[in-house]
Amino acid sequence: MAENRHKSLGLSDDQVLDMFRTMLLARKIDERMWLLNRAGKIPFVISCQGQEAAQVGASYALDREKDYALPYYRDMGVVLSFGMTAKDLMLSGFAKAEDPNSGGRQMPGHFGQKKNRIVTGSSPVTTQVPHAVGIALAGKMEKKDFVSIVTFGEGSSNQGDFHEGANFAGVHKLPVIFMVENNKYAISIPVSKQLACEKVSDRAIGYGMPGYTVDGNDPLAVYEAVKNAADRGRAGEGPTLIETVSYRLTPHSSDDDDRTYREKEEVEEAKKKDSIITFAEYLREQNILTEEKEQAMHKEIDEIVNEATDYAENAAYAEAESALKYVYEE
Amino acid sequence: MPVLSYIQAVTQALKEEMQRDEKVFVLGEDVGKRGGVFRATDGLYDEFGEDRVLDTPLAESAIAGVGIGAAMYGMRPVAEMQFADFIMPAVNQIISEAAKIRYRSNNDWQAPITIRAPYGGGVHGALYHSQSVESVFANQPGLKIVMPSTPYDVKGLLKASIRDNDPVLFFEHKRAYRLIKGEVPDEDYTLPIGKADVKREGSDITVITYGLCVHFALQAAEKLAEEGIDAHILDLRTVYPLDKESIIEAASKTGKVLLVSEDNKEGGIISEVSAIISENCLFDLDAPVQRLAGPDVPSMPYAPTMEKFFMMNPDKVEKAMRDLAEF
Amino acid sequence: MGLEKINMPQLGESVTEGTISTWLVQPGDTVNKYDPIAEVMTDKVNAEVPSSFTGTIKELVAQEGDTIEVGDLMCYVEVEGAGSVSDDEPSPAQEDPVAEEKPNKEEKPVKKPAKQEKGSKKRYSPAVITLAQEHEIDLNQVEGSGRGGRITRKDIEKLIESGNIPTAGSAPAKEEPKQEQQAPAQPAPAAASGSAVPNVQAGEGDIEIPVTGVRKAIASNMVKSKTEIPHAWMMVEVDVTNLVELRNAKKKQFKDQEGFSLTYFAFFVKAVAQALKEYPQLNSSWAGDKIIQRKAINLNIAVAKEDQLFVPVIRNADEKSIKGIAKDITDLAGKARQGKLTSKDMEGGTFTVNNTGSFGSVQSMGVINHPQAAILQVESIVKKPVYQNGMFGARDMVNLCLSLDHRVLDGLVAGNFLARVKEILEKMSEENTSVY
Repeated sequence: MAENRHKSLGLSDDQVLDMFRTMLLARKIDERMWLLNRAGKIPFVISCQGQEAAQVGASYALDREKDYALPYYRDMGVVLSFGMTAKDLMLSGFAKAEDPNSGGRQMPGHFGQKKNRIVTGSSPVTTQVPHAVGIALAGKMEKKDFVSIVTFGEGSSNQGDFHEGANFAGVHKLPVIFMVENNKYAISIPVSKQLACEKVSDRAIGYGMPGYTVDGNDPLAVYEAVKNAADRGRAGEGPTLIETVSYRLTPHSSDDDDRTYREKEEVEEAKKKDSIITFAEYLREQNILTEEKEQAMHKEIDEIVNEATDYAENAAYAEAESALKYVYEE
Repeated sequence: MPVLSYIQAVTQALKEEMQRDEKVFVLGEDVGKRGGVFRATDGLYDEFGEDRVLDTPLAESAIAGVGIGAAMYGMRPVAEMQFADFIMPAVNQIISEAAKIRYRSNNDWQAPITIRAPYGGGVHGALYHSQSVESVFANQPGLKIVMPSTPYDVKGLLKASIRDNDPVLFFEHKRAYRLIKGEVPDEDYTLPIGKADVKREGSDITVITYGLCVHFALQAAEKLAEEGIDAHILDLRTVYPLDKESIIEAASKTGKVLLVSEDNKEGGIISEVSAIISENCLFDLDAPVQRLAGPDVPSMPYAPTMEKFFMMNPDKVEKAMRDLAEF
Repeated sequence: MGLEKINMPQLGESVTEGTISTWLVQPGDTVNKYDPIAEVMTDKVNAEVPSSFTGTIKELVAQEGDTIEVGDLMCYVEVEGAGSVSDDEPSPAQEDPVAEEKPNKEEKPVKKPAKQEKGSKKRYSPAVITLAQEHEIDLNQVEGSGRGGRITRKDIEKLIESGNIPTAGSAPAKEEPKQEQQAPAQPAPAAASGSAVPNVQAGEGDIEIPVTGVRKAIASNMVKSKTEIPHAWMMVEVDVTNLVELRNAKKKQFKDQEGFSLTYFAFFVKAVAQALKEYPQLNSSWAGDKIIQRKAINLNIAVAKEDQLFVPVIRNADEKSIKGIAKDITDLAGKARQGKLTSKDMEGGTFTVNNTGSFGSVQSMGVINHPQAAILQVESIVKKPVYQNGMFGARDMVNLCLSLDHRVLDGLVAGNFLARVKEILEKMSEENTSVY
């Protein structure tokens, strides 16, 4: 039997099983979205597939009752971990009035839900990085011990807002976790044409913080790195940069065709390391995920996704004229 | 009533708001120990400490973006851009983020940040220390843009901006900082954002303007009064969203309207004012609506001859006012 | 050797003044260009101010602790070879942008004639059209005070406020008569001098006299009359020998008895009033699509005072005796000379009699007092040899010149009217005329 890695991280069997369940939920919602898109029911999908382990592993390392998440558009795993539901996400996919992210105003993947401290985001990438720093600054000023986690892609780590935000946090020793979900592609551009350095984490030193690169397909490795970063932040030692390396298993979005810029074989190879498969294997090896449990879990999640889809599909759109609301405080 | 300079009114408003509400804090370049390059935050560092008067790295997008983050959390940040000209790196944060946060989250989140920036020319500041940048932001629903002309308005409007639950760009004319003085009550008061103010009642022509140009128009009006020309002067105070009602009222009052701005002529605030007047006041108009503004060149040059050519002044305003009165 | 000034420099972008904290030099000290001369404190910086010259410090004008405006004098430096202290304009960097905004030369407020803009009067703004429609104002009858005679919104608003609304057609008669019977000299401050302003340049030694007040109003009204009314003209010669005898016989006694003079003009006014009663066509106004004949016979008489011309009114002249008319003339002329005429004195005229003879004129072409239909000029009485009863005799003759609005009147009626006036005057004699 393989080594039990989660116990040494302080994670119980139930906790790791719950992590897997959240990863699987994210995957299944995402897959449903693609089907709905290809069926002409929702106009757009942007995918989390291949990054669930990093997203869920990181989230479970945080205090999901008080920490702040500033996700980017692929972070279905993060927002599910922080309290968003399948129904919420489906409502967003269908752009319905009840969508808690935006009431049907934004595209799917533009997450935000104040009650769960999921901070609203936009499409221009990396703008959320300084926000995470500002929230951490506010927490420090108010003498709170929460941290903020901000996630973004490796392409986004070229944006000024990443560098300005990281430097600000470094100078003021703010409890921010900068997590780069390196999925090796920014739409069509491979990481080799994005980074002049070898790893995104190499950039940390310039901003006076430690930088780590971990296996993004391994939720436990990500959990460990983020847990340490959170502890560091809460202890007033400042920010941390974590790079999780995995692979984008789908095209960039429902409007992209990845066969124009990468080989099918490369994708097939990557799928062998898909965390939904590899983490399930680990859990089976640890006898945490039995066949019976696995079947029940699939059944339960399928029902959740079906129910969410039906609900969202039948839900009402916002009134046309409600487009005029909430420009300013009302 | 105490007489304060324009910049002292800024400082007083900041100080009183920081005393009133612990969530109010200041961030920007040189705002701390130095008290601001123009001294707008003079004394605040000593009174409130470095946590609430925060010297930031030289990076405008971070100043705006970090402020927005803190505002979303629930703080009341007052971010300073050292010069309005340097706000450009922060435009993405201001337009893509601050302006849209309430709307895009369907009222779930808000970003009550105030961004202060000294604008305007006539100080030998050349291309990049003289600009008026308001029109860059003045078609962005979600933002409010306040540009006061008097110390009294500065205090009342800056306090209102800080307390406002939406993002406010607060542009202060740097030439006015020490030039313009006026009575400012000691007590706490706010003035409504989005309301223009009649600075002079008159019946022959209407001048609609904002910022330092209000003073140019007032000076010109006093001279013209000696010639029997009676000017009505409306100070917009908030240039976005515009106070349509007051604009229509002021324009209709005389039917002869001169719009004055220090900004370039095309596509500026006054162009929008002109559109409002033409949409609403046709049957009250007695002359074509006139715009008096800077030339359509990129910015104000350094050499005094060229600077003077670009910069608005009372003579230019007076001439345009007389010309309209004679129409 | 010469003196140069060192002024307070602008030390910072928003700085308007500086305080001299310490002088680093004393009078008599030699300084090189760029040597520090004083420590200056401003709101933004503390700085050492360098000398702009090489020379000897002559005088420290500002004292330590003084706060002085940017551009104001700090000290004098005696400089080798320089001229005397020049009152050069401050260097641009020290210019106070607001101070400099005072006009360079006091060249106002001699109003330059507005640029000629043809047809402005007829190009109405939306506001003017709207107001004119709401109040049924005939814009053709409105004076414009704007550029090129353009009718401004304010012109219309004043008109509405005054209540004198010239409506198309009937209205001028029905509304208060004030507007249309406005005397030429009734001050109309906003009135422009006329529709077309010639481009006349003053030469060296020429005097430019600003056109204001009454002069402006006169000009405006004259232009209006001459441009709107097609004038026609005729003259008759009247033998007033008997009238002269009559007046000569009575004038001494009259003066003693009444305290004012019995002038010839009173007899002429009386005759005109009487004739107007018989020829009301002359006592009328053009009103666009109709002619309005006045019931009352209110005669304007022209009274000049220096450069001003007034036309006060003798009311109901047809009901008055010669004495009554003479009294009115005396009163009105007196008032005019003392500047005591009120607008009431000048309102309501229906026809004008002008005593041009008082200047010795024997023939003149009057400009009709708009909107009346005619004006009669009474010329000098001159002794002339006249062939009569088979022989030449010396007779007292006078020319009566009539200008008429040819829209209202034709030669026939005007001729008949003049003939009637002539007849009345020639019949006036001691035997059949009472001045009372």
